[in-house]
Amino acid sequence: MNKIKNIKWKNYINYIVIGLLTVVFAALSMFGGLKTSTAYLLEEIAIKIILAVSLSLVVGFLGELSLGHAGFMCVGAYLGGKVAALLVAPLGNGFLTLIISLLVGGACAGLCGFLIGLPALRLRGDYLAITTLAFGEIVRTIFQNTSAETFGGPIGLPTPRFEAKYFYVICFATVLITLFVVQNLIRSKHGRAIKAIRDNEIAARATGINITGYKLLGFVLSAVFAGIAGVLYSYTKFNVSSQIFDYNYSIEILVIVVLGGMGNINGSMIAAVLVTFLNRYLANVLTGNLAVLKDLIYALVLIVIVIYNNAPKLKSFREKYNIKALTDKLKRKKATEADGKEEV
Amino acid sequence: MEFLTTFVNGLSLGGIYAMIALGYTMVYGIAKMLNFAHGDIIMVGGYTILLFLAVNPIVAIVASMIFCMLLGIVIEKVAYKPLRGASPLAVLITAIGVSYLLQSISQMIFGSAPKFIVIAELGILKIGGLSIGYSTIITLACSLVVMIALSLFVKFSKTGRAMVAVSEDKGAAQLMGINVNNIIMITFAIGSALAALASVFFLLKAPTMSPTFGSLPGIKAFTAAVIGGIGSIPGAMLGGILLGVIECFAQSVPVISPYTDAIEFSILIILLLVKPSGLLGKKRREKV
Repeated sequence: MNKIKNIKWKNYINYIVIGLLTVVFAALSMFGGLKTSTAYLLEEIAIKIILAVSLSLVVGFLGELSLGHAGFMCVGAYLGGKVAALLVAPLGNGFLTLIISLLVGGACAGLCGFLIGLPALRLRGDYLAITTLAFGEIVRTIFQNTSAETFGGPIGLPTPRFEAKYFYVICFATVLITLFVVQNLIRSKHGRAIKAIRDNEIAARATGINITGYKLLGFVLSAVFAGIAGVLYSYTKFNVSSQIFDYNYSIEILVIVVLGGMGNINGSMIAAVLVTFLNRYLANVLTGNLAVLKDLIYALVLIVIVIYNNAPKLKSFREKYNIKALTDKLKRKKATEADGKEEV
Repeated sequence: MEFLTTFVNGLSLGGIYAMIALGYTMVYGIAKMLNFAHGDIIMVGGYTILLFLAVNPIVAIVASMIFCMLLGIVIEKVAYKPLRGASPLAVLITAIGVSYLLQSISQMIFGSAPKFIVIAELGILKIGGLSIGYSTIITLACSLVVMIALSLFVKFSKTGRAMVAVSEDKGAAQLMGINVNNIIMITFAIGSALAALASVFFLLKAPTMSPTFGSLPGIKAFTAAVIGGIGSIPGAMLGGILLGVIECFAQSVPVISPYTDAIEFSILIILLLVKPSGLLGKKRREKV
């Protein structure tokens, strides 16, 4: 009985932490204790968390590589932002507009994910990486060449900015929804099917799992949330420009997912917070030519972490020295000590 | 006449793409990995030329090829070799990390602003109404020579045949006494040298180089390799030339010219839908 209680509490800790943080920040901003720059940072963090959690579904659980996450975000930002800009006049800049544009942006990104995923996910190998990479470039090119009336073209699309005082609360609420959907999917029967495909596709097929169907499910869901993150992004800015959603942006999200540990949602969330903080503070510290140092560090961290976690030759080393092994050792030590005391 | 000019320009651009695509396809065939850092080798090659240009253009080109060869070997040994046998996803992410690393290092050394690198001033050849730059002709000729030489090398030399054997079946090749590690190293060296050569032709076309220069041609050449059928050497040549011709024709029509990149990548996606193994790729049955 006790054990069951423990597990449940552990499973929901991320909701609790995010919920509490949101409430604390909301209270702070109510009493005027929060600077605008902090509110901006919180919005950014929430958007990064949504992106990281949704990409983690593809990279960590589906075992496929998506290099066009920024592309889906771009679709969401442009289409959701456009809807919002159109609806602001009749409906006002309120919740209704926000929800409609979130739905539209998410749905459009999901549709794109479906169209891209259908050819790529039928194949084995690295085809998804290639097609998503191509997709990201296509989307950027198309939005960059639209006319000024439709999507703003190279100048960017003007979008309504939501009241900064409490928009980050909405962002964090969306994080909670994302977590709820993704985490429940992974813990369900479908999630187990997805993980089975990642671990051994042939064996999964032999047990009767619909490989393409489940891969598409995971990928489309991830695209939907990237689109939603895009809509939120468009709401945090007055102007959406397609130049931001480039290959490097996709890579940055990938770095977050790898840094947090592939297949570990809480890890991705922590990494998202860390990277966004670092981005902000390193941008202040490293100016001029030193600004590149940030990218250099990311690249090195990415390489070192992946090699350390995956190199077959380092397996015995990894098993000997890691946090889990160390804590287990401590626990065992404590347990033996306790036993010893009881005996006395 | 304009049609012919565009066609020749397309062929020459396609030759460059083919040269880069060969690097992708050979590495994929032999090491079974997508070397995302390949495009950035082009950029490194370009900057190396800048460093040695004061000495002599020919010396600079040779130096750049040798440097890129060594760089390719070092990258393979340091970043990819420890991951041999690990999941393909891990290798792919490391390759992306390497690409990112090369970009940021060169940005630190040379700054993010584009640098002008003029290897040689070449004129324009005029035959009747046809006007083609000498650089285009040189590029076309050189890429043809390289492609033929590489085909002969793979087909007839001992090392080349060992490369084919490794790409067919690594384990069996090892049993036949082929040193797989050496073959992979040679593949990376050849691919990187070709990328350096490609940077020469890019510089002849437009003499600017920036730290992120390599990513777009890299992605395009990669697209070419997939269109031709990744892992197949003639496929990479065909795909490269096709893509180059398509690009030049798309750019010559004003209405669709802004969408050139989008068109090229759309072709890739449509092709994957219709013929996933590429134009000349072999379909492989998966085995348990």
